[in-house]
Amino acid sequence: MKLLTHNLLSSHVPGLRPGGGFPLRIELGRPSELPPEPSPGYEADEEFLRRLHHVLLEVEVLEGSLQCPDSGRRFPISRGVPNLLLSEDEA
Amino acid sequence: MSRVYNKRDQSSHLLTPHGKLPGVSFPQVPVSPGRGGAARRKSEVRGGARSGPAELRKTINMKKLKLKELESCLQQVDTFENPKLLLEQYPTRPHIAACMLYTIHNTFDDIENKTIADLGCGCGMLSIGSAMLGAGFCVGLDIDADALEIFNSNIEDFELTNVNMVQCDICSLSDSMSDTFDTVIMNPPFGTKHNKGIDMIFLKTALQMAKTAVYSLHKTSTRQHIQKKAAEWEVKMEVLAELRFDLPASYKFHKKKSVDIEVDFIRFSAKKVLN
Repeated sequence: MKLLTHNLLSSHVPGLRPGGGFPLRIELGRPSELPPEPSPGYEADEEFLRRLHHVLLEVEVLEGSLQCPDSGRRFPISRGVPNLLLSEDEA
Repeated sequence: MSRVYNKRDQSSHLLTPHGKLPGVSFPQVPVSPGRGGAARRKSEVRGGARSGPAELRKTINMKKLKLKELESCLQQVDTFENPKLLLEQYPTRPHIAACMLYTIHNTFDDIENKTIADLGCGCGMLSIGSAMLGAGFCVGLDIDADALEIFNSNIEDFELTNVNMVQCDICSLSDSMSDTFDTVIMNPPFGTKHNKGIDMIFLKTALQMAKTAVYSLHKTSTRQHIQKKAAEWEVKMEVLAELRFDLPASYKFHKKKSVDIEVDFIRFSAKKVLN
């Protein structure tokens, strides 16, 4: 799962506030190599853009989980595939 | 507007004067349930490194990828080992997938460098074909872990780096992914297995996700209903071709091994008014 894919995903646990369930928190061992916010003029910063490209498109999360920021529900990622299915009692 | 195609048209992959899909052959042979996925793959591909999917992909000049080359690449895509009937699982035939993708790419330029979603991707036939035609990034979505496992190993075999997949239920996405992809390309379930209406749910979701266009397959018998919905949703709808699928018979008492259904290949321009 690339970061670009992660950016599309949100939680569908029932009963969340509108716009809730996003973004899902990625739970991994390693800290990110990027600053939390892009600094002004980032479009011209080659070094930053390279690192951003790398993290967005070249890093794949293979195992881990995504946590819904509102309900706390965890969605597993295995072999690079996030599983957003809710169980029967949840849906 | 729509033509029924036969095998003889296949010789020219140039567009007809009306700008429609070139000849598409009818599948003559019933769809087989699966080619034994992993076992077959290991014995054939590992043994013959020269002809494996990745090698094939690398030798092809992407810019001038011909229809026949695309089709032969797609024939290397492994398909369902034990298709689940209730999910209407069957592989999109390489020939049909190739013709669809070729048109989407050459007539409409909706693949190269674009972000593409494949709803109900199954083993990934359409996603992989899109990647071969130079898609920027493809994401396949499907509910079934077994299908996605096969899709995953297909991606490894083809050595693709710009294809991802997500396991989810399309019916529960609603508008959470609005305007997230340039193009949606899909072969959705038709709603023949206690899941009536699922084709329209897929279509509506696809239209919300796509910024430019949705390419989809629907039973010809539902065409008028879809036209009505398209008008309601204010999206433009163009039937690009009529195809004929033979789907495996699902019940023991069906006399024939497979049943022919007429299918429309449709392009929808993405909407701006769906709620």
